[in-house]
Amino acid sequence: MPVFQDRHLKPSDLTDERDFLNRRKLIAAMAVSPLLSACGQANSEAKAAEAAAAAKPNPVPVSPEGVPADAIPGLKTSPFSTTDALTSWGDVTSYNNYYEFGTDKSDPAQNAGAFKARPWSITVAGECEAPGTIDLEDLLKPVALEERIYRMRCVEAWSMVIPWDGISLAEVLKRFKPTSKAKYVRFVGLKDADRMPGQRWPVLDWPYQEGLRIDEAMHPLAFLAVGVYSRWLPNQNGAPLRLVVPWKYGFKGIKGIVRIEFTEKQPPTSWNDSAPDEYGFFANVNPAVDHPRWSQASERRIASDRSVFNARIATLPFNGYAEQVASLYSGMDLSRFY
Amino acid sequence: MNATATKRWDRIAWSKWLLFPAALLPALLLLQGALQNTLGADPVKALTHATGLWALRFLLLSLAMTPFRLWTGWTGFIRYRRMLGLYAFFYACLHLLVYLVLDLGTYWADLLTDIQKRPYMTVGFGAWLIMLPLAITSTRGMIRRMGRHWQRLHRLVYVAGILAALHFLWLVKADLREPGIYAGILAVLLLARLWPKRRARGTGPVGAATTSRK
Repeated sequence: MPVFQDRHLKPSDLTDERDFLNRRKLIAAMAVSPLLSACGQANSEAKAAEAAAAAKPNPVPVSPEGVPADAIPGLKTSPFSTTDALTSWGDVTSYNNYYEFGTDKSDPAQNAGAFKARPWSITVAGECEAPGTIDLEDLLKPVALEERIYRMRCVEAWSMVIPWDGISLAEVLKRFKPTSKAKYVRFVGLKDADRMPGQRWPVLDWPYQEGLRIDEAMHPLAFLAVGVYSRWLPNQNGAPLRLVVPWKYGFKGIKGIVRIEFTEKQPPTSWNDSAPDEYGFFANVNPAVDHPRWSQASERRIASDRSVFNARIATLPFNGYAEQVASLYSGMDLSRFY
Repeated sequence: MNATATKRWDRIAWSKWLLFPAALLPALLLLQGALQNTLGADPVKALTHATGLWALRFLLLSLAMTPFRLWTGWTGFIRYRRMLGLYAFFYACLHLLVYLVLDLGTYWADLLTDIQKRPYMTVGFGAWLIMLPLAITSTRGMIRRMGRHWQRLHRLVYVAGILAALHFLWLVKADLREPGIYAGILAVLLLARLWPKRRARGTGPVGAATTSRK
């Protein structure tokens, strides 16, 4: 079972940060340069340069010194990455479903600015030998953070390709020594209407809840992200800690996690509670099982060029991770357990 | 027609010429946004949402003309009704085209499945289908030719309005506030029509209130 895929993005593929920052200056210099013969030529070259820059994934915005102020030090690269082109930093951090900060896609980026994501602690409880409350820093200390480029498929039929930074969920869970009674893992997000203005309206039954079966949670692809694009998670992306399960619809990726609980019974999940006929517990990406409002056969990739003529692409079973995870569901009728 | 009356009608005609490009403005801004890539992360979604919203807004505006007349007593409102209704149809056509061509693209055949399987699509498409004959029969010649049938046909606009509001309510995942506002406005505009008729019932025929439409 080939779990590993090639990383297609090499450091040499990325535009240098300094070049990106100086892009406009370079283009302007080219356009007005007296050494360039014709204005038309300069113009077309400037356009070509801009198109070339736009075609490459946008590097993260950087501080004046050239290094991101909130860069995560010592990231190791992971083989668990896709070969798809990245969605830009700007789109990943401004187009979010995070109803705790508002139901419009642009609301989280607008309303989450003042949210304080540190200090942060996580309570681990339930069927495990070493429960307790742990500071995020202590949770992260024993492991080297890694970067994984995952496809993310939203149930609304759009998708992104995101370079997450974080740790394997299994590595974290094992530390709390789950017992044989631990059949499921329950995740609970923060409930604090003062800090999360979207919670003042009962769109969902707050706090947000999610869950995985224990074998899903222990799968090497299941990931806890603390960063994106090599920077600490912006608030709108679920700072400081969120779940990423790339073969499931995006809503499984609970944000702002404050509690992890090992349970014997299947835990309730927010969207399943809200509309059980639309959102199942498993929520595996499945082109054959439609949501009542969105066909899941195809999806719109949020691409860096933002062209309105970008064609839909076919959605793959388990979001393209079938080889790695399909065996978790052998013998299950996935149109029933959707 | 005396001099002051002529002047007033001129003013209405003039304001119609202002309204025409103003109503086109949202479409032009969207076109500009599409060409300059400023419609956000998912431009097709933005175009779909905006054209649908403008279709609903113009539909509600056209439905507001009769209540406005009833509330203010100024019959001039009716002169804007056809243009607003046609703009509603225009934006509904853009909405459908954006979905069909830009969103579905090569998956365009999915439209039929969508209409069949998804209730919000069924009612949305139904609203467009209803508006189609209304737009076709909106010319002066057709009004004359169809006589009283014209008005009976055009009452279907109430159904189109209800289906459009339902279409919006049904497609929202959880937060019903925005479509709820539009549904509320529609309810007010429809109820406003019942009220004066009930009052008029004692004094004359129900149709009396609508004679000024022509």
